[in-house]
Amino acid sequence: MSSTNHKDHAALAATFNKDEPRVEWHDQTLWWVRQKRDKAAAKVPDWEILRDTASRIKDNVLSNLSGYLRQFEEEATRNGITVHWAADAQEHNEILYSILSRHKVDKMVKSKSMLTEECHLNEFLHQKGIEVIDTDLGERVVQLAGEPPSHIVLPCIHKKKEEIGEIFHEHLGTPAGNSDPQFLTHAARLHLREKFLTRRVALTGVNFAIAETGEFVVCTNEGNADMGAHLADVHIACMGIEKLIPQRHHLGVFLRLLTRSATGQPITTYSSHFRKPRPGQEMHIVLVDNGRSTHLGRKDFRNSLKCIRCAACFNTCPVYRRSGGHSYHTAVAGPIGSILSPNLDMKKYADLPFASTLCGSCSNVCPVKIDIHEQLYKWRQVIVQENGAPIGKTAAMKAMNWVLSHPGVYHTAGKTGRWFMLNAPFTVNNGLNAWYRQRDMPEPPKQSFGEWYKKNKQ
Amino acid sequence: MRVGLFIPCYVDQFYPQVGIATLELLEKFGCEVVYPPNQTCCGQPMANSGFEHLTGGCNDLFIKNFADFDYIVAPSGSCVLHIKDHLHHPGISDKIYEFVEFLTDVLHVETLDASFPYKVGLHQSCHGQRGLKLAQMSELMAPPFSKPQQLLNLVKGIEFIELDRKDECCGFGGTFCVAEEAVSVKMGKDRVADHLHHGAQVITGADMSCLMHLEGILRRQKSNVVVKHIAEILNSQITYEQHES
Repeated sequence: MSSTNHKDHAALAATFNKDEPRVEWHDQTLWWVRQKRDKAAAKVPDWEILRDTASRIKDNVLSNLSGYLRQFEEEATRNGITVHWAADAQEHNEILYSILSRHKVDKMVKSKSMLTEECHLNEFLHQKGIEVIDTDLGERVVQLAGEPPSHIVLPCIHKKKEEIGEIFHEHLGTPAGNSDPQFLTHAARLHLREKFLTRRVALTGVNFAIAETGEFVVCTNEGNADMGAHLADVHIACMGIEKLIPQRHHLGVFLRLLTRSATGQPITTYSSHFRKPRPGQEMHIVLVDNGRSTHLGRKDFRNSLKCIRCAACFNTCPVYRRSGGHSYHTAVAGPIGSILSPNLDMKKYADLPFASTLCGSCSNVCPVKIDIHEQLYKWRQVIVQENGAPIGKTAAMKAMNWVLSHPGVYHTAGKTGRWFMLNAPFTVNNGLNAWYRQRDMPEPPKQSFGEWYKKNKQ
Repeated sequence: MRVGLFIPCYVDQFYPQVGIATLELLEKFGCEVVYPPNQTCCGQPMANSGFEHLTGGCNDLFIKNFADFDYIVAPSGSCVLHIKDHLHHPGISDKIYEFVEFLTDVLHVETLDASFPYKVGLHQSCHGQRGLKLAQMSELMAPPFSKPQQLLNLVKGIEFIELDRKDECCGFGGTFCVAEEAVSVKMGKDRVADHLHHGAQVITGADMSCLMHLEGILRRQKSNVVVKHIAEILNSQITYEQHES
């Protein structure tokens, strides 16, 4: 679909599918996470009411975003936090760089932040000579491997433990051939402990920012955000402007949904509230737009800004499970990425809304009830209208429309087609037919239903 | 009750027996069924490809063919969902029913003279299940129900197999099946494997498009397992003796 030069989802997914046992392993691993989610959700009475409540709170947030943002800025400033506003990724990265330069540091630790992936912060700082160490274990693994995360909650889910053993052997000096998860985790812990102790600046993401109190909440299972923030002189938290919730008690809705939807745990191991810098510490918050206000203005698509980044839609998506996160060639993959990314770049991500069967499972697991599959359909319309489609596809669609709008033509075409399939099957059953390569064509009947009806019923 | 029978284009061309079974069953239940001969397609293949703006011709034709009936019935969840969601015309979207839901919700079918002595796996098509809500969805924490199962339970001699993944998509997805061939085929192979693993002899469902996809894979694998639209099973009179011979 895409007119740019990179490989599109279908091509990248085809490459991923060359190793079928690996596809099966990837699919089953993520399906297991989906099943854990089902079990956890089933234990919460009124799960569906909880989803509905979360969705409505986010409706309120999106309808009053500017007010909540000003309230948050005011409260956070009162708490002693420095608030920055970034219109786009470039500005976000420049703000980060200016803070780091002022403190004359060339190293920092970072816990998980999909926003910084979206802004390509690591590459930007690397070019400025600043080393960023990702401290989330999965993110550290892909960082050492020189790859982007393939999943927003489970960044190295595409790697088998043996591969992680090899990466650690190469980069951390663990013994070759050792892929024992506990051993490797311990090695990572020692490696990261040294980074935590020596870095003066720590960056974290933000899961929820509370307008009422000016505080923010960071959810991790590894405690790496806390370790970084508590040991560093400077704590910088970066967040998209949609991460706001009005009041602290709303967390009771979102924290119950987030991890149950993500991994099937009742709650993240650490749900840390940051309200004010400790004495002697500097605390910054960077509020990033990067296309979000444009998105808010798109009526059909605005409620995708409700996303709390749980990745339940990834785990349930039969396409994601069989194509891998890298096939989406964007920071946030999966179904939600396929409706967020075209807003950032409609040409580059034109293929993503088509990387779906529109099965609708994503919308059903979404804890904030985003109508993901309906938005996929609507993006297809927008992309074809605004970008155009390849000439061949447009011509085929016009031809199809012409045939299907003219019953006489349709009947002749159907009859001719079936005649060829019966009498000259090689015209259909060949390598040019993407259906036939791995599937048989239906056995063509001698007469269509219409022909049968004419003979027998009229 | 005058029922306009909508037979989707690919069913018309490739699976006439599904149309015949649908027609015969509706007549058995006392409906006056008419098949408007100038019908073609619901327009979904174009719309799902991003060309909804080209579907005006199909829509006009559909309205012309079907606006005057009491009900419109089609043996396809996917086509019905498309019409319901996108063809907002009085007398169309509120009168169109997928075949299974027409039997359970309008005709209130509670008995059936049918026998089908085979082990059957039920494939829930996504558009029928999640779109038209023909059955409860595994993602939702809500009481279970299944309209296709409700009807199949009325068939004598039939046995059902359980699936590991009871409502995973088969990967057909309209033009997805060729545009994303690799993933589509893998999804289909995995669905087929689930049915075969549990000993299905027949895979059924309310959407022939999913079944066409699964059939393509079964036949390529030289499997003896066949696909049958649910209307064919509900219209079957196969006794155990016939099955054995």
